[in-house]
Amino acid sequence: MNQILDQFLNFQVMGAAFPTLMAGLLTTAEICVVVILLGLAGGLGVALGSLHSSRWVRWPSIVLVDFFRAIPPLVLLIFVYSGLPFAGIRLSPFAAVVIAFLLNNSAYYGEVYRAGILSIGKGQFEAARSTGLTRAQTMLYVVLPQAVRNVLPDLLSNTVEVVKLTSLASVVSLGELLYAADMARSVTYNASPVVMAAAVYLVILWPLVRLVSRFERRLSL
Amino acid sequence: MCGAKRMSPLERFLDTFLNPRVIGKYWPDILDGLIVTLELAIAVVVTGILVGLALACLRAVGIRAANIAIVCFADILRSLPPLVLILLIYFGFPNIGIVLSGPMVVYVVLSLVLAAFAEEIFWAGITSVDKGQWEAARSTGLGFAQTLGYVVLPQAVRLTLPPLANRAIAITKMTALGTVIGVPEILYQATTAQSFSGNASPLTLGALAYLALFLPFVVLARWLETRFAWRKA
Repeated sequence: MNQILDQFLNFQVMGAAFPTLMAGLLTTAEICVVVILLGLAGGLGVALGSLHSSRWVRWPSIVLVDFFRAIPPLVLLIFVYSGLPFAGIRLSPFAAVVIAFLLNNSAYYGEVYRAGILSIGKGQFEAARSTGLTRAQTMLYVVLPQAVRNVLPDLLSNTVEVVKLTSLASVVSLGELLYAADMARSVTYNASPVVMAAAVYLVILWPLVRLVSRFERRLSL
Repeated sequence: MCGAKRMSPLERFLDTFLNPRVIGKYWPDILDGLIVTLELAIAVVVTGILVGLALACLRAVGIRAANIAIVCFADILRSLPPLVLILLIYFGFPNIGIVLSGPMVVYVVLSLVLAAFAEEIFWAGITSVDKGQWEAARSTGLGFAQTLGYVVLPQAVRLTLPPLANRAIAITKMTALGTVIGVPEILYQATTAQSFSGNASPLTLGALAYLALFLPFVVLARWLETRFAWRKA
């Protein structure tokens, strides 16, 4: 028992690793802000594309979404980070993470928006258009606000996944939370920093996960 | 490949990402990786969904202590990034005398994560079945387990199929995380071959292997979504 505590809840090691982990948390927060905002914007574009009236826009959008839903995000990240340099494109870890996750997240957010837009009845489009709103105005002022409200739980749940996904950035040595913790672990030969990182993720994400479950229950009733 | 003759941009691109010589040499390695990924994926999906279903059924029984434990399990495993758990178990547990192989760690972690999500999805399905169905079934003399098994679950599972399929795909794709702890799956084989060959073609091949493996299921999940819409308008 003592050995377990010493290995996983060693407060001395945790205290020493604390500043490094907080610096890592800051980087995680930076990645999250960039990646979530870009993903939300990219996803909207993809969703509008996949519902476009022209099949020349619609089909490529759908193929693109399915492509990125079939490729593991880590494969994408490694391709961007260590594959592209062979073609002379050398990116910083941060840029590689942003690009890889933009592609992955746009596909997932796109599917969520798409479901939201599809949940709005055709009558809404027709009514809005007949009042003289243009197609773009109809989308922006009538359909999207309702669509987003309908899929808010799914948007939130996807955002939780995105935050979890940022831990992959440690694989390309971007100094985010997990990278900092794992560095501290390999220096101290003690797993406590990783436990501390897990605790940080838990503190941030558990309330959101609870909120998602709550939302979903309310909607299903 | 030395640049003895000038290559056009397209030739250079093909030489870098689809080099026939490199592909010819390393495709058997990628195939080995594909088999490892496939085995892990099947094991994770079967275990995760069965454990999730069992937990959801246990939750339906309504023992307070058990339900709190199930909710905590599901919440924690849905909140933690799987890579954190993989590193924790692979590098941390040997220090307390528990040594698990790389593939075993990936299998255990991803199965538990899928079980957590599957439990929540099945539970949402079970609660969406009207209370009257329970009462009617029980009043015909069916027991609790019979009602759950013959009346409630068949209706619940129909609703749960699309989200379950999407979640199962998203989690089995994470077998690629095994590469971080040296599991010889597709990505590991591809990055190893890439560094030996000094060419990015093995990565392209690896990406194609993932597409071959997962694209059919992504398309199937899309079909399920249109077939059984999760929420009726």
